Amino acid sequence: MGVEIQLHVNGKQHHGTVEPRLLLVHYLRDVLGLTGTHIGCETSICGACTVLLDGKAVKSCTLLAVQASGSEITTIEGLASSQKGAGNGAAANGALHAVQEGFWEKHGLQCGYCTPGMILAAVDLLQRNKNPNEGQIRSALSGNLCRCTGYQHIIEAVQYAAKKMSARKPLKMSASAGRTP
Amino acid sequence: MTTRYIGKPLKRKEDPRLIQGISHYVDDLNLAGMHYAAFLRSPHAHANIRSVDLSKARHASGVVLALSGADIDGAIQPVPCAAQIPDMKSAARPVLARDRVRFVGEAVAVVVASDRYAARDALDLIEVDYEPLTPIVNPEKAIAKGATPLHAGHKDNVAFKWELEGGDLKAAFKSADKVIRQRLVNQRLIPVPIETRGVIADYQPGEGQLTVWSATQIPHLLRTQIASMLNFPETLVRVVAPEVGGGFGSKLNVYPEEALVAYLAIQLGKPVKWSESRRENFQATIHGRDQIDDVEVAVKRDGSILGLRCHVIADLGAYYQLLTPLIPTLTGLMMTGCYKIPAARMEITGVFTNKMATDAYRGAGRPEATYLIERVMDLVAAELKKDPVEVRRKNFPQPNDFPYATPTGLIYDSGDYEKALDMALKVADYKKLRQEQAKLRKEGRYMGIGVSTYVEICGMGPSSAMPAGGWESATVRVEPTGRVSVMTGSSPHGQGQETTFAQMGADVLGIDPSQFQVVHGDTSIVPYGIGTFGSRATAVGGTAVYKSLLKVKEKLAHIAAHLVGSDPERMVFADGKISAKESPKKSVAFGQAVSAAYVAKTLPADMEPGLEATTFFEPSNFTYPFGTHICVVEIDREIGDVKLVRYVAVDDCGNVLNPLLVEGQVQGGIVQSVGQALFEEAVYDEQGQLITGELMDYALPHASDLCWIETARTVTPTPVNPLGVKGVGEAGTIGATPALAGAVADALAPFGVHHVDMPFKREKIWQLMRKSSGRVQ
Amino acid sequence: MIPASFEYHAPKTLDEALRLVERHGDEAKLLAGGHSLLPLMKLRLAAPRYVIDIGHLRGMSYIREENGQIAIGALTTHSEIEHSELLAAKCPLLPQTAAQIGDVQVRNRGTIGGSLAHADPGGDYPAAILALDAEIIAANTSGTRTIPARDFFVDMLTTQLHPGEILTQIRIAPRPPQSGTAYEKLHQPASGFAIVGVAANVLLGNGRKAIERAAIGITGLAAKAFRAEAVERALNGKTISDKVIEDASRNAAQGVEPLSDLHASGEYRREMARVFTRRAIARAIEAARGVSRGGV
Repeated sequence: MGVEIQLHVNGKQHHGTVEPRLLLVHYLRDVLGLTGTHIGCETSICGACTVLLDGKAVKSCTLLAVQASGSEITTIEGLASSQKGAGNGAAANGALHAVQEGFWEKHGLQCGYCTPGMILAAVDLLQRNKNPNEGQIRSALSGNLCRCTGYQHIIEAVQYAAKKMSARKPLKMSASAGRTP
Repeated sequence: MTTRYIGKPLKRKEDPRLIQGISHYVDDLNLAGMHYAAFLRSPHAHANIRSVDLSKARHASGVVLALSGADIDGAIQPVPCAAQIPDMKSAARPVLARDRVRFVGEAVAVVVASDRYAARDALDLIEVDYEPLTPIVNPEKAIAKGATPLHAGHKDNVAFKWELEGGDLKAAFKSADKVIRQRLVNQRLIPVPIETRGVIADYQPGEGQLTVWSATQIPHLLRTQIASMLNFPETLVRVVAPEVGGGFGSKLNVYPEEALVAYLAIQLGKPVKWSESRRENFQATIHGRDQIDDVEVAVKRDGSILGLRCHVIADLGAYYQLLTPLIPTLTGLMMTGCYKIPAARMEITGVFTNKMATDAYRGAGRPEATYLIERVMDLVAAELKKDPVEVRRKNFPQPNDFPYATPTGLIYDSGDYEKALDMALKVADYKKLRQEQAKLRKEGRYMGIGVSTYVEICGMGPSSAMPAGGWESATVRVEPTGRVSVMTGSSPHGQGQETTFAQMGADVLGIDPSQFQVVHGDTSIVPYGIGTFGSRATAVGGTAVYKSLLKVKEKLAHIAAHLVGSDPERMVFADGKISAKESPKKSVAFGQAVSAAYVAKTLPADMEPGLEATTFFEPSNFTYPFGTHICVVEIDREIGDVKLVRYVAVDDCGNVLNPLLVEGQVQGGIVQSVGQALFEEAVYDEQGQLITGELMDYALPHASDLCWIETARTVTPTPVNPLGVKGVGEAGTIGATPALAGAVADALAPFGVHHVDMPFKREKIWQLMRKSSGRVQ
Repeated sequence: MIPASFEYHAPKTLDEALRLVERHGDEAKLLAGGHSLLPLMKLRLAAPRYVIDIGHLRGMSYIREENGQIAIGALTTHSEIEHSELLAAKCPLLPQTAAQIGDVQVRNRGTIGGSLAHADPGGDYPAAILALDAEIIAANTSGTRTIPARDFFVDMLTTQLHPGEILTQIRIAPRPPQSGTAYEKLHQPASGFAIVGVAANVLLGNGRKAIERAAIGITGLAAKAFRAEAVERALNGKTISDKVIEDASRNAAQGVEPLSDLHASGEYRREMARVFTRRAIARAIEAARGVSRGGV
């Protein structure tokens, strides 16, 4: 027996009937085809499946799709456009969110598998803390595992983004993101 | 050639698609009508299978096929092992267990269903009647008298014995002032790429075409093996490695699921996908390391090392994977490290146990060698009461000793070990660190300084020394539009060759890196190649690309010279133009020369049209990067917690194509070492259960566990390839572990401790300090 | 990775939820944030027939003052507690503890009610709740009852909650002047759970030179979190000195059977309980003195 859900994903409304046990990450990947959100473990440790739920980073493999019903979700595909309040999906014009740009500039990724989750965790941090120090960045990313980079370039990527974001007026990630101080 | 791009920290061409989440790893691909496979795996480490009842599973909702080992008997050959050691016993891993299971996680049955949830549910309906047998977990007990052999037809659990000796060992030990002995345990590790394995297979019966997408480091070798395992025409098999989310050696293999998923797709005539869970990845994807090394070293009072003898027990697990028996032999080859040691001997006993197979995990046998010899150097220093730096320096070969022949039969290509050491000492301010340590000890604080001077063998390698070919292929094709396709047999999965090969091409052909498209990982597009492992992609694969670029360049030079009326030897490639040295007026646009090659109306006489070249580059030798790592830790006296305070790494990987990417490789490699040193250990209990079976219990380093890594480089090019590049993919992992171990042992020296086995878990360190707290020096 | 099927209910009101748990009893599991239950279900270590999702209930996520106490709704997330200004001022121990739970993503989703009801032996909140002498409010179809934190934890993964009851609220008295708190934790490096976690809550007297009253909650050490009464007895009424704290901490594991697992033996846990108890008390005293100096 399916359960009706409705979610706002990357600025677009989705309705559907799902099996209640369907994990949010499988809903995003298999139903909506948003495969940028990855799966790396089943125990809420690796953080590869991190998305923003009502503006806050959560692990979408430890959430049922039905639990997320009524919420607003931003995945990596919608991150860049969400900052402009623009349309759905990856920014067609290649525009990047400052954190994505930081990862590119500072070589914050190798295989790229942990990257979407890492970027969204960093976005969560920069919403709460505009100018985090190294220790704060390390601590904020401790829910995300990377096996390639050793994290150092990731930290530089976040620092790059913080600088860039503070150089312009603050951005709203999503309707409810502004709640966090 | 002017180097406008080579050596520069260009941003990666790979990144835009990855940071937007719009590229595709295996599990991101979906085919119409796709079905999903799930595997039932043994909960027992050792058991006879009395029966497998699939009837309920076959009738479950959504299930289209369920098979046990008996159902595929003879249809699929076992997992191949490419490594051959004289007199080694057979231990082929069946794709599904038939009569007996030999490790927890061994696949017993497979189910295919219309969606992944239904496939998973059906596993719970399979009834297997097991007769549990006594598991053999400890490798020393496995080879003790009376232990039951794991495999039928074997008289014991010794898989092979291998030995290597060079120099006059007897004389060395006879003339020694001291002989130091130590047992070192290099614990079993789990590679843990963040992307687990995954396979999709699609069979088109009309064309007879089988396509397999797999998270693999070796698409071509996998194609050959799938064809052999299924007795399927190789020309009709296409293997694609799409984006691959890390490998670290664990995807340098051929696995049962790869052949079996292909078989299922053929049987069903439907695409089949399998995505490995993390638990399956822990249980049934290869493990790394797992050696017990009993080492003896003969030394002179002045610190010179005369001879080294080591016996290794290598725990291979239950079956061979692709390279399982080979890995410990690499430890043997590299056992003398970066020192002039006149005599050395290693004996290896490969042992079967009821565990997952070990195989190549980042460094593959060489981290074990570096760990062994570097721990030895520290023990010698402690015994002779000398500074560990000085003992190392004393035994270095000098720059004019290269090429340097080791007693283990290798020829080190080039090196200046002292230069890297001195640079690291300077960056770390070693003298000051020692002063600080002395001061802190007086305050009851335990700081330790570890030094590792390492050399590694990479750029694998000449074919003569490899189980399969050691060459690599590359095709460079300048397309009619002037864009350049580079098809490499390397199969990068994070290493960034789409960028570095473009940098190289840009400098060779005098055009912009954006004009290049580096294609890899698809056997239908790329000429047969070997793959990415053993720090070989740039040294071997890159050289193949370079040589193909030169061939294309030469042809273009002839065409351009013909067009402008000059000599091909005098043509210069720069800024998108090909010009004659003598006169800037004698110049054609790059695209114009390319066009001439295809339009083929104005070509020099006897020149073939087209603009494409392929090279199969066979290196004459391995390459030998080296360096010095210095690590500073502080140990919490009360808890035993090891805190990283500083880390300095000076690496020499020869010439560098892109320093940003080299940094990334070094940092990532070091952190993998931090994992082995501080946290990681695959623990099987006495029943052979993997009790570190999830990331909840197997700790990887987190961002918050680390300190800033300070890196620097020296540059000693290799003569082995024209680029002078050595390779850097494994350097961090090979060089770092001993520095970490040395630092911990050094911190514990006041407690009379000179060696601790990894991982340096808090309780272990705490126990050591507590036991000797009465005699703190 | 994939949970077994279940029947799903998403009640809109607490009354409806209470009727559902009453009807389904043991066969039902409550789902709040899901961070305790879902990992178990994905590994199929739990396969409840009914899942009652209370995450959509309105009005159960709040931190507010009520009748001189601080009331926290069961569905309040760890991160809301971590960043609450009200708690920072009136009950800093809870934010200090919440900040050390798991990671950011877990804290954004996990709830205090779910965490307490799950009663993982390595959970962080139980230590704090005990040290604060908090009250836990549980409801069923016939009403509510108040369970003192001291009585709440029964055994590993077992609490005083009866079948048919839902934990709705946590109540805490605000921090009195001249008191200080601290949570000190040794984390398991893979999961982040507490190998040992010690929450200390001290009230100073005699011009801040003595400990008037101490409350020490310890988690991770044993099957359930507990109040270290022997430590408290050794502190109460004593003039503060390093020796007093050290001696008192030696009693941290008194009368307790320590857990022993892959990550820490019982012996090590016991010793760490001593070390972390000492560190927590010392920091709590510092906090009490620091705040007092600040003129509150």
